[in-house]
Amino acid sequence: MSAIKAKHQRLILVLIALVALIGAALLAIYALRNQASYFYLPADIAAKPPEPGRAIRLGGMVEGGSLRTDADGVTIHFIVGDGKNRVPVTFKGIVPDLFKEGSGVVAEGKMSPDKTFVADNLLAKHDEKYVPREMKDMTEAQARAAVKETR
Amino acid sequence: MIAEFGLAALWFAAALAFLQLLAGALALTGRGEGLGAVIRPVAVVQGVLALVAFGALLTLFAETDLSVKLVAENSHSAKPMLYKIAGAWGNHEGSMLLWVTVMGLAGGFVALVEKRLPEPTMQATLAGQAFVSLGFYAFLLFASNPFDRLSPVPAEGNGLNPLLQDPGLAFHPPTLYLGYVGLSIAFSFAIGALVTREVGPAFARAMRPWVLGAWIFLTLGITAGSYWAYYELGWGGWWFWDPVENASLMPWLAATALLHSAGVLAARNALRAWTVMLGVVAFSMSMVGTFLVRSGILTSVHAFAVDPKRGTFILALLAIYIGGALTLFAIRAATVTEGERFAVTSRESALVFNNVMLTGSLGIILMGTLYPLVTEAFGEKVSVGPPYFNPVTAIFVVPMLIVLAIGPLLRWRRDNVKRIAPMLAIPAVLAVLALGAAIVLAPGRVLPIIGLALAPAIAAASVLPLRGRKLRQVKLPLWGMVLAHLGVAMALFGMASDSAFTTEKLVAVRVGDVTPVGPWSIRVAAVEPIAGPNWTALEAEMQASYEGSAPVVLRPQARTFWAPPQNTAESALHTRWNGQLYTVLGDQAADGRWQLRLWWKPFVPMIWLGGVLIALGGLLALLGRVASDVRRLVVRDRIAFRRERQGR
Amino acid sequence: MSDVTPPAKRRWSLWLPLLLFGLFVALVAWGLIVPKDNNVPSRLVGHPLPQFALPAGAEGKPGLARADFAGGKPRLLNIFASWCIPCAAEAPQLAQLAAAGVEIDGVAVRDRKDDLAAFLARNGNPYARIGTDDLSTLQLAIGSSGVPETYVIDGKGTIRYQHIGDIRPDDVPMILKKLEEASL
Repeated sequence: MSAIKAKHQRLILVLIALVALIGAALLAIYALRNQASYFYLPADIAAKPPEPGRAIRLGGMVEGGSLRTDADGVTIHFIVGDGKNRVPVTFKGIVPDLFKEGSGVVAEGKMSPDKTFVADNLLAKHDEKYVPREMKDMTEAQARAAVKETR
Repeated sequence: MIAEFGLAALWFAAALAFLQLLAGALALTGRGEGLGAVIRPVAVVQGVLALVAFGALLTLFAETDLSVKLVAENSHSAKPMLYKIAGAWGNHEGSMLLWVTVMGLAGGFVALVEKRLPEPTMQATLAGQAFVSLGFYAFLLFASNPFDRLSPVPAEGNGLNPLLQDPGLAFHPPTLYLGYVGLSIAFSFAIGALVTREVGPAFARAMRPWVLGAWIFLTLGITAGSYWAYYELGWGGWWFWDPVENASLMPWLAATALLHSAGVLAARNALRAWTVMLGVVAFSMSMVGTFLVRSGILTSVHAFAVDPKRGTFILALLAIYIGGALTLFAIRAATVTEGERFAVTSRESALVFNNVMLTGSLGIILMGTLYPLVTEAFGEKVSVGPPYFNPVTAIFVVPMLIVLAIGPLLRWRRDNVKRIAPMLAIPAVLAVLALGAAIVLAPGRVLPIIGLALAPAIAAASVLPLRGRKLRQVKLPLWGMVLAHLGVAMALFGMASDSAFTTEKLVAVRVGDVTPVGPWSIRVAAVEPIAGPNWTALEAEMQASYEGSAPVVLRPQARTFWAPPQNTAESALHTRWNGQLYTVLGDQAADGRWQLRLWWKPFVPMIWLGGVLIALGGLLALLGRVASDVRRLVVRDRIAFRRERQGR
Repeated sequence: MSDVTPPAKRRWSLWLPLLLFGLFVALVAWGLIVPKDNNVPSRLVGHPLPQFALPAGAEGKPGLARADFAGGKPRLLNIFASWCIPCAAEAPQLAQLAAAGVEIDGVAVRDRKDDLAAFLARNGNPYARIGTDDLSTLQLAIGSSGVPETYVIDGKGTIRYQHIGDIRPDDVPMILKKLEEASL
């Protein structure tokens, strides 16, 4: 096999690998900018509302007395607040065991155009030893708000 | 007493690992004449001692010795024996002990049986293995001692996370660990080959069975883990792109690439530097994955106890081992010659393509897994889920699957498209027919349609390499490849069918109500409380009838464990040849109705059957390779024997 | 495989994997360091306790309310549970602190009365008051993410220090020092 041919072949291999690498990186960056779901507190939703339809996570406290169930028995509505803003949430499904009024929740889903949050998933599946990191900060924020209210 | 015995065994094993490293280093630099000979026996004894330490921990858990802190924190006297034993590795310290045990045993096994490579290369390999083990021994002994005592002795243990009390999960971590840690052998072989400049077909042949073995366990572990998540979490999904899952998938992708490139190196002496590199990357991914999960740096539904100090320790180990290996690679790979050449249309090219795509998907999954960390550096919290991972992975996997169908038909070195085109007619026709059917049946769903179209074509193409051969004379490795590729087609079909055809129902019903879901009608006959060894539950009795046939009974439960207090939903499944019925019992609404979640998932079990088939293919290939190696050794010995006789 | 070593070309691309790995290490090293800063000194330090009133959890000990922390003297607030092993492990240290004259109030999280009584009988009862927090409301409100955790509260009810995890024997002098600082 001639030397030119060998060089040629190597060039092709390197080019394929390079194109794949750059393509992958660009694709990943593009997709991550669009697909990553950002974490919002109710206050953030008031400050810089996410565009409807974009996947986000909403974390806050389930307001006491706000939980009600539709006639179908499986769709629930409740309000998530952090002392600064209140966001109505709709969820259809079986709620996790630790989900209660007055407890913290992280909901995955989208804002609908009518300013309610439509949750696909409620994350409250944690035990006493484990709190998602977003939640940890959230409870502090929540507590700060509570502290302000008691002053 | 047993705890101290286990700890002593662990210290001895660590000391032997140090000796193994030292002897290797001295022998390789020519300063220890006789020292080279001790490396192999030391490696064997080190493995045995690690096993003894692990056995001691198992005994402590079996006896529920609550004076040992680890047992008190993770076990409970009321737990069934199986989960007591499984508790030994269901926690950080125990699983790290399992890790070093597997490393030690694998190293010892290599020392016993691997005789093909030049002795210096073997010494470097075993020294490398000892070097890596040493870090993990240090980690165990200084930062996570599993044999720590607790004073005062508590009256009762802290239980085990009830989510983890499941027979499947009891054996899931050890399986996965055999895979993760088995790859350390490939890592050490790569180091040995780089140090002694022996990157060639012999290196690939020596390494391949180990990679295959680890890869089989990884495949089984991932398959089992996915099935566990599927029926235990009660969410009806089988892959969540959770960091813990990604941590197991990334080494698998690297190992799959390594397996194929080692094949090229063994058969054709090409892709030398690349194969060595993958050998380093595969085990590096095991370590990175373990680090990401254990350090608590990423949040995950599968939470392990989190300790930043431990994270720092593992990170230091990572930096030393991976950084060191990659530096060695950068220095030495420049001297690794290029190897044999091949044409663009050839088996080698197809395998290179497969490697690039596998590595690409590995990279993009790693990016998605780490991205939340990157944005956090800029003060924003994000989570990356299926909307990212599904399409970006598909971009790499779909072309790879197409090449997977074609590649095995190509000849080594050089081939032409015209020769194989007629063979591909059947798969191509199948693909077109399936595509049409999929577009009609599941309109508008891009990824499932692609999957449904490709699966039958890949299945057909997978068996084509057998064409024109006498089946009895087909060698085991070829059978292995055929089965593994069939498994890929099967799993792909299951995945596509699940996302295209699943019917889901979420209802609130009274006892006696009938709910239709897909071809099934489901009647709730009763909901009653029952009690288990360490839990109580509400259990629904459901009579499910498939298209009006005699009903089968399913009993999903909502369980409450009392140590530690936690609730779980126990789904109930019924499997038919054409799919699975999946039922979950939820809460009771205020008006007395019960919430039910029901799924009919056509062909979903094929996902895991496919996974098992892939592993089975790996096993056949492994058996074939080992058998031919043994045969070759026997022949060599005979020739040597004859020469000796003639010499007399 | 004695390769006839070619004149070693400088192939910078071979260093690329190491470079990428270096980036990875930098990123995760940052990730390891920062969360520590986030959760060790709680952002609640320096803030007053929120209003709360918890029912009594054990025979003979009163419940716990916000008003109990306005007595002018610093106190320890210990979040614990009978089902938590590290809580049993820190009991001797709490006893030691109590013996040194420190007033300790306990909050039992998600506990049962019988279990709690058994726990106190076995491990000693250093508490002046014990409140029960069945829904973890107080626990969440003061930014505690697990048990055990211990807070140093000054005489006006302001949180001065948060200790995450069990109090080890060598933590005792530090806790005493924090209490002393809180009384200034």
